[in-house]
Amino acid sequence: MDTHTSTSPDRLIYMANQIGDFFNSQGHDHAVAGIAEHIKKFWDPRMRKKIFEHLDAGGAGLKPNVLQAIALLKK
Amino acid sequence: MSLVHEIDFGTPRSKSEKMVTLTIDGQSVSVPEGTSIMRAAMEMGTQIPKLCATDMVDAFGSCRLCLVEIEGRAGTPSSCTTPAMEGLVVHTQNERLAKLRKGVMELYISDHPLDCLTCAANGDCELQDMAGAVGLRDVRYGYDGENHVFAKNGPKHTHNSPEACENDHWMAKDESNPYFTYDPSKCIVCSRCVRACEEVQGTFALTISGRGFESRVSPGMSESFLGSECVSCGACVQACPTATLTEKAVIEIGQPEHSAVTTCAYCGVGCTFKAEMRGEELVRMVPYKDGKANRGHSCVKGRFAWGYANHKERILNPMIREKITDPWQEVSWDEAFNFAAKKFKGIQAKHGRDSIGGITSSRCTNEEVFVVQKLIRAGFGNNNVDTCARVCHSPTGYGLSSTFGTSAGTQDFDSVEDTDVVMIIGANPTDGHPVFASRLKKRLRAGAKLIVVDPRKTDIVRSAHIEAQHHLPLMPGTNVAVLTALAHVIVTEGLADEAFIRERCDWSEFEDWAAFVAQPNHSPEATAIMTGVDPKELRAAARLFATGGNGAIYYGLGVTEHSQGSTTVIAIANLAMVTGNIGRPGVGVNPLRGQNNVQGSCDMGSFPHELPGYRHISGDAVRETFESMWNVKLNPEPGLRIPNMFDAATEGTFMGLYVQGEDILQSDPNTKHVVAALSAMECVIVHDLFLNETANYAHVFFPGSTFLEKNGTFTNAERRIQRVRKVMSPKNGLEDWEVTLGFAKALGYEMHYNHPSEIMDEIAALTPTFAGVSFAKLDEVGSVQWPCNEKAPLGTPIMHIDGFVRGKGKFMLTEYIATDERTGPRFPLLLTTGRILSQYNVGAQTRRTENVVWHEEDRLELHPHDAELRGIRDGDWVKLQSRAGETTLRALLTERMAPGVVYTTFHHPTTQANVITTEFSDWATNCPEYKVTAVQISPSNGPSEWQKEYDEQARQSRRIAMPVVEAAE
Repeated sequence: MDTHTSTSPDRLIYMANQIGDFFNSQGHDHAVAGIAEHIKKFWDPRMRKKIFEHLDAGGAGLKPNVLQAIALLKK
Repeated sequence: MSLVHEIDFGTPRSKSEKMVTLTIDGQSVSVPEGTSIMRAAMEMGTQIPKLCATDMVDAFGSCRLCLVEIEGRAGTPSSCTTPAMEGLVVHTQNERLAKLRKGVMELYISDHPLDCLTCAANGDCELQDMAGAVGLRDVRYGYDGENHVFAKNGPKHTHNSPEACENDHWMAKDESNPYFTYDPSKCIVCSRCVRACEEVQGTFALTISGRGFESRVSPGMSESFLGSECVSCGACVQACPTATLTEKAVIEIGQPEHSAVTTCAYCGVGCTFKAEMRGEELVRMVPYKDGKANRGHSCVKGRFAWGYANHKERILNPMIREKITDPWQEVSWDEAFNFAAKKFKGIQAKHGRDSIGGITSSRCTNEEVFVVQKLIRAGFGNNNVDTCARVCHSPTGYGLSSTFGTSAGTQDFDSVEDTDVVMIIGANPTDGHPVFASRLKKRLRAGAKLIVVDPRKTDIVRSAHIEAQHHLPLMPGTNVAVLTALAHVIVTEGLADEAFIRERCDWSEFEDWAAFVAQPNHSPEATAIMTGVDPKELRAAARLFATGGNGAIYYGLGVTEHSQGSTTVIAIANLAMVTGNIGRPGVGVNPLRGQNNVQGSCDMGSFPHELPGYRHISGDAVRETFESMWNVKLNPEPGLRIPNMFDAATEGTFMGLYVQGEDILQSDPNTKHVVAALSAMECVIVHDLFLNETANYAHVFFPGSTFLEKNGTFTNAERRIQRVRKVMSPKNGLEDWEVTLGFAKALGYEMHYNHPSEIMDEIAALTPTFAGVSFAKLDEVGSVQWPCNEKAPLGTPIMHIDGFVRGKGKFMLTEYIATDERTGPRFPLLLTTGRILSQYNVGAQTRRTENVVWHEEDRLELHPHDAELRGIRDGDWVKLQSRAGETTLRALLTERMAPGVVYTTFHHPTTQANVITTEFSDWATNCPEYKVTAVQISPSNGPSEWQKEYDEQARQSRRIAMPVVEAAE
């Protein structure tokens, strides 16, 4: 994936997956909660809105734990 | 005001706790065992005459001026080299001593010029003082004999000719260093400069060549100062008792008449200086011995490189323009404030409340940073505030707060004196943090062991009297794999400090972590294929760190500026905990901070998700304390971080930016993307000393003030809060905090402060870790390290002593995940970036000083093997290409680089190093991955098209319109 141009939401998907990669080693439950909390704490509302829209459109490209975390956060 | 005088005790302080009592001149005095008689006398106010002794270096006993008599001992021993002992009875003055001293002094003066009236040291010369102190009234030897003073011998010493002939002993003045001169004719060969270079600075650039009458101070092998290894730290100049080594500014201006103690505005070491003045003119900066970060030492930047404050390119008037293609119009402050406020209000009306934001400066004071973030949160009504720590140490904040509970280093710099094993990871302290490096090197010379984890063979790996026990030259981007492998060795070989872990850390988290690092895939042997590190060396390094006594980790941007920057910081914290190296002197985790106030700008709530004191904006209780004091409702959602601001700008949702003292266009990665983002914005306000690169895309320019022109505080890498004192009026008319207040008022958000001390009072009232800080306290005690509150009224030099701030220390798993920035056939080399001693950050200040003599351009360092493959010779122009862009610069062949890895600095805008760097960033904080870029290099004829276009755009953009002169009627 080309991250050198910031064509949203590609960059956000990339960032979310990167967060997922850190938390994944903690096991599924911890990982999903950790990813969700991280995004909640550090992403500004317009970034979260965009990733939610992407989730609603199927969430292509998001890794499984990340997908679940974003779904959890959207609730 | 007068000069701040410091007592020279003659010899260093003894650290002994055992006291001895002796009698000097009939008075009883008690001093720590090991104190010299000279120092003991000075403690009671008696100055024994001296020339070769000064308390920054060990006693030498060569000048024979400090002789004393001790009852019951034969002869007249030198008081500098004779230790005080219980019951000694010492006489510092009697007829015999006076006669001896006068004789010594007479000999000195017989080979010294008598041009005192016109000498630059007049008023500050220890030789002159001592001649006075010993009552020298006559020099019986005359000046006709052999001497070092005169260029030509007098006629009566020429044997066959009435003409004067050359004096072979005489040496011309060396004026090669841009900041000081060496006049050998005035040298008394006390060797204070030589010892300062060795003991204080640790460079060993100076020596005494020859013997007896031939003895001379010699830089290197009789080279010029500039041509030698000298790093121009100024320690020799400070040590010199005569005019032999003198600042050129003193020669030009004369002796200063008053001084103020202030804090350096360069790196995060935070050296304390005396700014020595004549009126409002700065004569020199002299390191202050009571400065707790620097203990009287300095580097070339803080000591000498302050000329930028008067540089002709400094902008002193506010300026505005409608379009960035227009020339600048100089206007009044009010016009500039109103123009900027109107633009920002218009943007918010059109694009919404969250469409503007700001960046606080890590070079400005705590007070100035605080008012900018307050303006953004309370005035703009959003949390779109960030600071340059985003691109340097944001992973430190995340990693250390997750594991320990505070976003800062754990020690003070003095701690290094108790360290047995130093591990340096991704830092180059001799260039980046030179004064701390000198203190570190002193400890290493005294026997501490050294482990260096760095792709480059940095200077500290092997230099004068220092050699690292282990250098682990890893491939850039594999920090996590190396650190986890170190932990693997410690855990699997049973070297973990179980007692510490059981008492201080969460045991079950430790067990999970220990099981994780013990997995065979984390062993040094398994990871060597990725890291390139010899497993035997890595195992030996791990054993040394775990078993060698007090272990301290110092790290820099080679840790943080990676896609796994935060993970690496966590891995460092894990390593400190597993070896029990937290909570006492000599140990700890020590991030070496880049800019003078990067710690402070983080503390002051510059991150979009955090209020001052690292408290998340979503916390209702914390937010309410700010709301009630500021009388405004705050937005509970985190704002945009710098890279997110750029993304939002290109998408059209972020259109106005106020940048305080930061050159984001030069310093941030992927310049083309930054250009696109800045170009997309409707109003960019740059608040700076110079028309920096970012200003090429700005609509409003607020001229800034230098650290010499304002009051405030900086917080250094040890959490030490220190005063910045105003020694001259702001040349631009306003101190920076006043500029922000003026802009805020025009926006309709008025803030009332009469002095920065009132801003600090508000910070203290709102921030528990600053509760005990006030200007009055800092004036009284010099400095404090936060937390400073009721529990620790004088601050906290060492953190986590009885327990971690978060409670139990948290071990966290650190899975190595390779960056997506990978080498391949098109881009086979890895580029990493850094800085060098004489330049600072983007160079805005240092490029505008004489420091350019050491570094006039950025060079591409590469291994001769990589160069030969591509037909590149030393000094050739090379094209450097990455997936993001290309630039050109000149090659420097060096075996410091491992084959496959190339390196450059980013001090010069024309180099455009950040055209090459990519937008990959740390997973947790978006800190850019500056340290790993896959590149290709090839021979080139000169600057790239982009560089030429960029230069032209910059030239056009910096035009300032001539004032319109009304035609006479």
